[in-house]
Amino acid sequence: MKQKTLFIIAVVCLLLGFIVAALLYNVEKEQQAVQVVTANAAALVRMHSPALGRADAPVVIVEFLDPACETCAAFYPLVKQIIAANPDRIRLVLRYAPFHKGSDQVVAALEASRKQGKFWPALEALLATQADWAPNHAALVERIWPQLERAGLDLKQLRSDMNAPGIAGVIEQDLLDAQTLKVSKTPDFFVNGQPLPRFGIEPLKQLIDDALAASRR
Amino acid sequence: MNGEARTWTLVFGAWLVAAGSTLGALFFGEVMQLPPCVLCWYQRIFMFPLTLILPLGLFPLDRKVIRYGLALAVPGWGFAAFHQLLVAGVIPESIKPCTRGVPCSETVIEWFGFLTIPLLSLLAFSTLIALLVAAHLRSRT
Repeated sequence: MKQKTLFIIAVVCLLLGFIVAALLYNVEKEQQAVQVVTANAAALVRMHSPALGRADAPVVIVEFLDPACETCAAFYPLVKQIIAANPDRIRLVLRYAPFHKGSDQVVAALEASRKQGKFWPALEALLATQADWAPNHAALVERIWPQLERAGLDLKQLRSDMNAPGIAGVIEQDLLDAQTLKVSKTPDFFVNGQPLPRFGIEPLKQLIDDALAASRR
Repeated sequence: MNGEARTWTLVFGAWLVAAGSTLGALFFGEVMQLPPCVLCWYQRIFMFPLTLILPLGLFPLDRKVIRYGLALAVPGWGFAAFHQLLVAGVIPESIKPCTRGVPCSETVIEWFGFLTIPLLSLLAFSTLIALLVAAHLRSRT
């Protein structure tokens, strides 16, 4: 059957063309991502960014995080596990990428919690209870207060600190840096200035392992 | 070439256009990760099934597939034309049906200075209709 052969050849050619184009596109995009970060290294870490771990740790993970993003909440414990498995060798720097509606208010509350020295407990409490205060991909800031109170924060103080003029600037700077670094989805990670080649926990683990191995050499 | 073989070739050509467009749309969406706007989704709804339905009429050749194909291609063309008018600014912003996230009037790709995704879609649907109509006329004589 000549027609059948023709049809099968066309199917195979179209599919092969698609796969090859996709592979080429991804390779090109990966290279571009590396170039963007290399050219904008200053945008990775700012003085104001909250950080966990020793300042001289050989491996620095920069995470762009949206407290209202489900995947961020799912990744957080995994990242913590990796850090716990390599004590003193990994530093985690958080950048805010409040892409969800209402999330900037939650970020402001987190920033205010730093004044009480309770940033990490506040963040962990919010990520753990995210389903309660961020249904349907929108953050409802009025629902975070009970969670923060349970985490031991002084709400009255927190609410007045939230309006500090510096906080809006922090959020603005982080969003600007996210744009510069082409961070369009959360969470996004950079390990010692290297972007994730592909999204996922395995590529992240691989990138961290490589950085750890390189630092031992 | 006899009439039957010609009809087959025309429907096969229409399938090539549909399959190419389907893969192209998937490339924009899944590989380049450009989020499709609402109008793009409607055009996809009419384009994707053609990729599967047209071959059913090729093996063995069944002229009825031209009718079924046109039933999808014509509304798809309508959405593509509407989208094109929207991008060109002929239809005012206020009646555009896009609400979720991606505005349909935003131009994300412009090849050779004029080739946008909605224009590609309009060209694909127009070619599809032309090929299917030609196949229909061919099979009548």
